[in-house]
Amino acid sequence: MTEITPVPSLADRVASASPVWVARRANGLSDRSIAWLFIAPTIVLLLAINIFPLIWTIRLSFTNYRANRPNAPLRSVGIDHYQSILGDPDIWAAMQATAHFVVWTIVLQTLLGFALAYLIDRKFRGHALWTTIILIPMMLSPAVVGNFWRFLYQPQIGLFNYLVAFVSGVPPSSFEMIGSVKLAPWAIILVDTWMWTPYVALIILAGLRSIPDYIYEAAEVDRASKWRQFWSITLPMVLPFIMLAVLFRGIENFKMFDMVNLLTSGGPGSTTEVASITLKREAFEKWRTGFSSAFAVILFVTVFGLANIYVKALNRVRQR
Amino acid sequence: MTKYLLGAAALAAVAALVPVAPASAQPKTITLCWAAWDPANALVELSKDFTAKSGVGMKFEFVPWPNFADRMLNELNSKGKLCDLMIGDSQWIGGAAENAHYVKLNDFFAKEGIKMDDFMPATVLGYSEWPKGTPNYWALPAMGDALGWTYRKDWFARPDIQADFKKKYNRDLAVPKSLTELTEIAQFFQGREIDGKKVYGAAIFTERGSEGITMGVSNFLYPYGFKYQDPKKPYSMQGFVNSEGAVKGLEAYKALFKCCTPPGYTDAYMQEGLDAFKSGQVAMQMNWFAFFPGLYKDEKVGGQRIGFFVNPPEKERGSQLGGQGISVVSYSPNKAEALAYIKWFAAPDVQKKWWALGGYSAHKAVLNDPGFAATAPFAADFLKAMGEVVDFWAEPSYAQLLLAEQKRVHDYVVADKGTAKEALDALIKDWQKVFKDDGKGN
Amino acid sequence: MSTGIVTAHSVVEPSGRAKTVAATLVIAYAVISMIPLAWILLTGFKSPPDSISYPPKVIFEPTLEGYCNLFTTRSRQTAEYMATLPPPVGTCEEIARGRNMVIAGSSNYVPRFINSLVIAFGSTFCAVALGTLAAYGFSRFKVPLADDLLFFILSTRMMPPIAVAIPIYLMYRELGLSDTRLGMILLYTSVNVSLAVWLLKGFIDEIPREYEEAAMVDGYTRFHAFWKVVLPQATTGIAATAIFCLIFAWNEYAFAVLLTSGEAQTAPPFIPIIIGEGGQDWPAVAAGTTLFLVPILAFTVLLRRHLLRGITFGAVRK
Repeated sequence: MTEITPVPSLADRVASASPVWVARRANGLSDRSIAWLFIAPTIVLLLAINIFPLIWTIRLSFTNYRANRPNAPLRSVGIDHYQSILGDPDIWAAMQATAHFVVWTIVLQTLLGFALAYLIDRKFRGHALWTTIILIPMMLSPAVVGNFWRFLYQPQIGLFNYLVAFVSGVPPSSFEMIGSVKLAPWAIILVDTWMWTPYVALIILAGLRSIPDYIYEAAEVDRASKWRQFWSITLPMVLPFIMLAVLFRGIENFKMFDMVNLLTSGGPGSTTEVASITLKREAFEKWRTGFSSAFAVILFVTVFGLANIYVKALNRVRQR
Repeated sequence: MTKYLLGAAALAAVAALVPVAPASAQPKTITLCWAAWDPANALVELSKDFTAKSGVGMKFEFVPWPNFADRMLNELNSKGKLCDLMIGDSQWIGGAAENAHYVKLNDFFAKEGIKMDDFMPATVLGYSEWPKGTPNYWALPAMGDALGWTYRKDWFARPDIQADFKKKYNRDLAVPKSLTELTEIAQFFQGREIDGKKVYGAAIFTERGSEGITMGVSNFLYPYGFKYQDPKKPYSMQGFVNSEGAVKGLEAYKALFKCCTPPGYTDAYMQEGLDAFKSGQVAMQMNWFAFFPGLYKDEKVGGQRIGFFVNPPEKERGSQLGGQGISVVSYSPNKAEALAYIKWFAAPDVQKKWWALGGYSAHKAVLNDPGFAATAPFAADFLKAMGEVVDFWAEPSYAQLLLAEQKRVHDYVVADKGTAKEALDALIKDWQKVFKDDGKGN
Repeated sequence: MSTGIVTAHSVVEPSGRAKTVAATLVIAYAVISMIPLAWILLTGFKSPPDSISYPPKVIFEPTLEGYCNLFTTRSRQTAEYMATLPPPVGTCEEIARGRNMVIAGSSNYVPRFINSLVIAFGSTFCAVALGTLAAYGFSRFKVPLADDLLFFILSTRMMPPIAVAIPIYLMYRELGLSDTRLGMILLYTSVNVSLAVWLLKGFIDEIPREYEEAAMVDGYTRFHAFWKVVLPQATTGIAATAIFCLIFAWNEYAFAVLLTSGEAQTAPPFIPIIIGEGGQDWPAVAAGTTLFLVPILAFTVLLRRHLLRGITFGAVRK
């Protein structure tokens, strides 16, 4: 077998003829500079717009600064804000409203999403088309969705009550979704589920698809029932994906602001006033910048802490 | 495919750096910011006169009421240059004055011979002065307004309805002379079938997000005896905010809400009230006088079908003050032209035209004219209302005070939390905290 | 049991009946979840009184009034004034005259829509560009504390946007970036770039180093190798990242409503405040919503194959 000797390129010959450090230069910018050149813009941007403001927020949380009175004397208040937040029943009510929203949306979206993914995985004819169609609610702006569902939820002129009446016979004006203390929290949960169930379904679908056929075939050979297969094969292998979906939806819904604010303004009263709405009112309507910075820090630490714990659990599940 | 999309994205990034408006080789224009409602459209018409006289073009930025305060206060706090003229709400005066958002107008008024005496005193106090009661002017009274009521005169005039009412309440169906009578009338109409459709008693303010329910409930609180503070001791609120009368007034508002409003009416403000009244859903509607010219001209419910009345008394008289003054924003690069607009606007003949087009002039030349009451069916009621208006706090921290009342009142009236006394007691605590932070009061 | 019988399909293939049941249920779900969207589409073609009629009208006379109202501002005039005007030109003018109004000018919708286009596509481009470079850097070179750095950067996405907006508001006020397109692009880029780096690193990790090392042996510089060898391989990843960044920037509301006002305001804060003569002008709002959905829908349909990876932060590979 003949060996093909490549004709050395000019650059190579130059490189091999010169001392090592020149060779590296002659090949263009050194690796080190390329690395920093590539990474630097991102780091600088993040420092300027993510990290520096975060530090500023932490600093502000110990002061009495108010953004609408920039010339007032700045005073340090220590941990006053933190103490008053942790002792404020209204803030706890907001956290409760947020928790209710997060928990129930996760539950509903996981159940519905799993069912949807399972059905789509039956691979009936045209399933790709229908999958794309059910993704559409996700593409909308949550603010615009909240605003429009307000219209849909009106008892007199909105479609929702009439559809429910059509299906169940309950007269349309006899109940109201966003005006009632009992139903308003469910109204926001319903809209969020409408928007994001397809997202959860997609993730779980990918999980279902990642299970190789031969495992099921082996189970069939072992004459395992379909139910047994589901419990022992499908569920455990899809679990990391479910957990991932739960993580993403959980974080997003913890931060929820636009959809709920436009749908209910946090009402009736403060029944659906989730944490971000309280924060917005404190920061941009009451202009209590120091106070709201403390609240922001608390929220961040909460989510960060929870997410950390959760991700560790997720990694352990993944490694099984 | 991806390459094209990314290319388009790159183009967009470059486009961002191109300034939005071309460099001005055009005639000067100034921007006036106000809320998006009927009077604003009238002002657009009126301002054509200014452009004709001065050659300065007018641009307008109108934002609906529920978002108006948020957006404009944000704009002022971020030293934005969007607005040259601002017709800001009366409650913003304190904050705008103390934080130098508005230009102080005393010198300008003196130079141009604009006298505050020419304007109705309630409007000067409410829209221009800060601190209240001192001759420091930050706005020219632009739009007088108060919270009044409209009703379906045609329904009240029907013989069968009159007979039914007389049978039930032993008196004639007429414009209510007290809030109790108003509630009775609302109860009477609630659920009644008129022209084949079910109608409801009254459309009142219940909005949670900005200021709706506070404005509405105030129209009940004032006649029942609510006061913001001890007249002899500023910022002392115990016994005034939560007096027996105040508690009764708050309970009465909740009773009206529960018994006699359309279904789903839990977050309603001016726009929803107009919708409800214009679509024939309600017999009475609480709304700002500002809308009455438009309602009177409405094809379906205007003309002979509509009547107006000032907020009825109970133990005392009182209407919630609305209205705004026009100010020059201190961050504006066009202050000279903005001041010229104010000078033009203050002239009596312009004020007369303002009233004719649908704006509520605050100028004495218009309001004190003997023929004024005859110019419109609501004019007399407007004068009466302006004679007994009470305004919300105009402190620099007004937003915190307002948000506190919004929460406590909505919690009680709509979300059924606690009792009226508890709500008012909690409100006093909220307000005391705000004043303490500001170093005011005890 | 012997497997002498050869079945036409694998035993894990769902039966025909199972497929029909699945199809029915999924299609039913799709139809039901499309009802609100269909209602939005329909409402765009109703007249304002029709849109707030009770009970809601399913059969109605379609009109372009919603779309006209979306693009114009109108003012009500007296009948006498109307009589003095020349005859109406165009559908929108006709509709307005029918309501005793004249068209006073164009509305702010188009400028807001353009702002959305510029800001969303601009920030997507920047985030993807910066992200690709940084991801390459993290992937190929030993950056100290890379993993911790990446996780911390990603965790800033856990902050509620309102919380992030507080210091940004103050900062932009000082720098004069309030209500500017540049400010919004910087902000959206910065929010998206952390995600972009995370996502793209995963993609670039999958591209074997041997390709570019071979290229460098052939005399390519590192940068040249990146440009000519790695980048083309990464188009899938770039598309997936771009979709996600675009959807976020296009639909974003909280930052837009707090940090923009007139010049740089995008469509999401604008659409919910379109009011008519009484309450919200629902046909115009519906029209605005429908039009706003179109670009994102088009973009998504074109790149739907990459969608899964993008929206799940690269965690899920099909």
